[in-house]
Amino acid sequence: MPSALPDGEPMPDDGALPQHALEGAGVRLLGLYLHVPYCATRCGYCDFNTYTPSELRGSGGALASRDNYAAMVADEVRLARKVLGDDPRPVETVFVGGGTPTLLDAADLVRMLAAIRDEFGLAPGAEVTTEANPESVDERYLATLREGGFNRVSLGMQSARQHVLKVLDRTHTPGRPERCVEMARAAGFEHVNLDLIYGTPGESDADWRASLDAALGAGPDHVSAYALIVEEGTQLARRIPRGEVPMTDDDVYADRYLIAEETLTAAGFAWYEVSNWATTEAGRSRHNELYWRGADWWGAGPGAHSHVGGVRWWNVKHPGAYAQALTEGRSPGAGREVLSAEDRRVERVLLELRLADGCPLDILAPAGARAAERALSDGLLQPDMYERGRAVLTLRGRLLADAVVRDLVD
Amino acid sequence: MDPCVPAIPTHVPEPSRTDPALIRNFCIIAHIDHGKSTLADRMLQLTGVVEQRQMRAQYLDRMDIERERGITIKSQAVRLPWAPTEGESQGSTHVLNMIDTPGHVDFTYEVSRSLAACEGCILLVDAAQGIEAQTLANLYLAMENDLTIIPVLNKIDLPAAQPEKFAAELAHLIGCDPSEVLKVSAKTGEGVAELLNRVVDTVPAPVGDADAPPRAMIFDSVYDSYRGVVTYVRVIDGQLNKRERIRMMSTGAAHELLEIGVSSPEMNASDGLCVGEVGYLITGVKDVRQSKVGDTITAFTKGATEPLGGYKDPKPMVFSGLYPLDGSDYPELRDALDKLQLNDAALVYEPETSAVLGFGLRVGFLGLLHLDVIRERLEREFGLDLIATAPNVIYRVIMEDGAEHTVTNPSEFPTGKIAEVYEPVVRATVLAPSEFIGAIMELCQARRGTLLGLDYLSEDRVELRYTLPLAEIVFDFFDQLKSKTRGYASLDYEPTGEQTASLVKVDILLHGDKVDAFSAITHKDKAYSYGVRLVAKLRELIPRQNFEVPIQAAIGSRVIARETVRAIRKDVLAKCYGGDISRKRKLLEKQKEGKKRMKMVGSVEVPQEAFIAVLSSDSDGGDAKAKK
Repeated sequence: MPSALPDGEPMPDDGALPQHALEGAGVRLLGLYLHVPYCATRCGYCDFNTYTPSELRGSGGALASRDNYAAMVADEVRLARKVLGDDPRPVETVFVGGGTPTLLDAADLVRMLAAIRDEFGLAPGAEVTTEANPESVDERYLATLREGGFNRVSLGMQSARQHVLKVLDRTHTPGRPERCVEMARAAGFEHVNLDLIYGTPGESDADWRASLDAALGAGPDHVSAYALIVEEGTQLARRIPRGEVPMTDDDVYADRYLIAEETLTAAGFAWYEVSNWATTEAGRSRHNELYWRGADWWGAGPGAHSHVGGVRWWNVKHPGAYAQALTEGRSPGAGREVLSAEDRRVERVLLELRLADGCPLDILAPAGARAAERALSDGLLQPDMYERGRAVLTLRGRLLADAVVRDLVD
Repeated sequence: MDPCVPAIPTHVPEPSRTDPALIRNFCIIAHIDHGKSTLADRMLQLTGVVEQRQMRAQYLDRMDIERERGITIKSQAVRLPWAPTEGESQGSTHVLNMIDTPGHVDFTYEVSRSLAACEGCILLVDAAQGIEAQTLANLYLAMENDLTIIPVLNKIDLPAAQPEKFAAELAHLIGCDPSEVLKVSAKTGEGVAELLNRVVDTVPAPVGDADAPPRAMIFDSVYDSYRGVVTYVRVIDGQLNKRERIRMMSTGAAHELLEIGVSSPEMNASDGLCVGEVGYLITGVKDVRQSKVGDTITAFTKGATEPLGGYKDPKPMVFSGLYPLDGSDYPELRDALDKLQLNDAALVYEPETSAVLGFGLRVGFLGLLHLDVIRERLEREFGLDLIATAPNVIYRVIMEDGAEHTVTNPSEFPTGKIAEVYEPVVRATVLAPSEFIGAIMELCQARRGTLLGLDYLSEDRVELRYTLPLAEIVFDFFDQLKSKTRGYASLDYEPTGEQTASLVKVDILLHGDKVDAFSAITHKDKAYSYGVRLVAKLRELIPRQNFEVPIQAAIGSRVIARETVRAIRKDVLAKCYGGDISRKRKLLEKQKEGKKRMKMVGSVEVPQEAFIAVLSSDSDGGDAKAKK
């Protein structure tokens, strides 16, 4: 079951933004996120806005079927162009996520990218990423993407252990993701990410080390390692109270995180966000950095979130309702919130504190500044960076980031 | 004939001019749900003092809580005219004063004063359940006061009724023939007229000296927001007249009689009250403590010199600290208690400060029910959210240098060289089916009880009498008793004095800081298990912090139990991408609200829920008792 949308104010039919959201846009970077809300099957841990064929059957999903999906998204890209008006910015990053983008034909992904190029233009050296499922790509697919302008691929590896993949409902066989990295390199992709999940019920420290080693062996320049979150409403969340799978202890998550940090650092990676490591600065996900640094991005597709100049909005979740709105010439936006200055300050603290660059101490209120001092003496902030006016988490601080944020936003 | 059709008598004697020979003063002794209020309602109806259309169920119980719980806390007296429908006095109109008694363990003293105002009592017992411990205790009190007892089984219309069995039990208890036990249904009215006839026939008329200076005993005192304090009295000697000046003999305070009269059941002013009569008076005082139950009223001039016997100052037996959940509600809490005190001479309190709970009041109660009723009224009628510390008794501590301390708050237990500690003891009566004797004795022994006696009330029902420390009863005794007897046992107790005991104070320390609200005084043999239990419980309730938190139980500086809340190592959500940001900011706002509900003990954040969970589990006995 997909998670719920936030509460907000209604979105105008034409999707127009308040004037102030567009002011000063020139100095901010602009990215585009394209959501592909389809999966072959739903994984037991997943609460993303995605739909399997059986979930879509008979619920108006035909309006936005996989066949015409690229055209639908292109419609929203044109709407974005209209709403942003004469904003001259080219697009710095494009990220196609899901769902399973690679359930669509490679040509569809290329077509969606073309719509962006047509309407906005791509900045020189723009980063163009798609998520890919190891069992739904092959050499030809990757070659088509590369030729169409994609230059980064993010593969959902999750684990190198069969029994762990099984708990996660992932259907690929161990070894397949590494093979995909090889194919992507061969197709000419400069940047390849592997997504890993740790703390899956039944996973041991040794399983986790094996997954890290397998991932590193494939030679990506970026690794994302996520603690498994048991989200409400998922299959996995129902299985735990029934005793079918054990709940992972928080201390185990902490141990696995330390193993990841140690292993990845030893292999030449450096953390730049709590759950993200890259070999070089160029290997970082520039698109994700837009999220974390308060830049502008337009999210197209059902349930996609956008942010432009302090206005956050989100689209209707169901592909049918989404297609309906666009077909009728309306914005698919379901609701939005206009952030106050304080909201934006709080967001800066909670987002930037997760980064290796940290957040500037001078945006903290007096109570938050006192909390930062305490966090420093508790060993949660790095002393040298603190001296230079920035709150940057130590390794232990990274594991307690939410607690530090709660204190620093005061 | 419909048993509920009123038989309205003629030639009803008027207050202040009633021949004592025609007066019958009686009360009803019954367990909470055995139907006393329904019977009283039926009597009001049958004697015609309340018309049918005005009748509402349980007319005499005024407060909502009483009505809801089906219990009576405050008593009243009603004057009923009755011309017996048969027997020697048939047709001659008598005046029956029905004095409603509080039916609960905490109000023994009030019950004793109500009984002292009567010559007879109706012992009302549910024909399906038999007598309960509190009823038995009040019956003994009535017998000590030489009251004429009229045994009555109620609810004889119930399918589960066993009138023969319980008639035999009652007959055995009061020493009469089972055939003398009346059988009524207060619900249908069956047998109620016969009961009223029996009151006239067997209850003695009051005897007093009409020419002596007046002496009237206060058996109840109620605050009314319109009229001030309404005082209920029984005139023993002489006569009280309207607009007279009167004197309270315990304090010597003088008051003007603004109004005197009888309730039937609305207040009707009269010229006065004469020997044997029961009625009310209003003097304009605003606080029941100026018109105390048990006190003697006499005339200001040419008054009596000797008060009637039996007066006692109400004495709190159980204490608890009451703290508003929201510290800024403290003034409201204080005002609310001030208001409740207008109508409750037994309620005492003084300000107290807890390092962890903030400003509150240490409140003294007659017992656990009293505590529970007050707490519930504060929450319900005054809308206050409260934390109540575990109830404790009052200790007298004698130091080796002879200094004496009275301890009503465990955290104030003195340190230093203690010679003796005295704790209050009670005489407890437990009634239960005989199959539970073993379980009850085991429980009472574990609670430091001494068996005083054991009697069979009938073949399969037994009465056990114990001396027990009050502190042991205050501490979930009633719950334990109920669970060990599958709910069949009933309990009554009355204070009998004090005893010395090996008592120690157990403190709870969080990260080295003492939590005053958790300090408790226990017998030294039980200190260890108390400490272990509380420490284990706190370990479950205190969330992990950024550092390791030791939880210790200690007697003085000696640690007797220890647990550790491990430091939290992970508090971070793995992902934070575009769609997560709004969600995350909103979650943060919610968490900050939650943080405000944390109490700081030194550097440890303790959720208020933890305080409530720890403290309320120790006062369950009070809750259970009040609801039974």
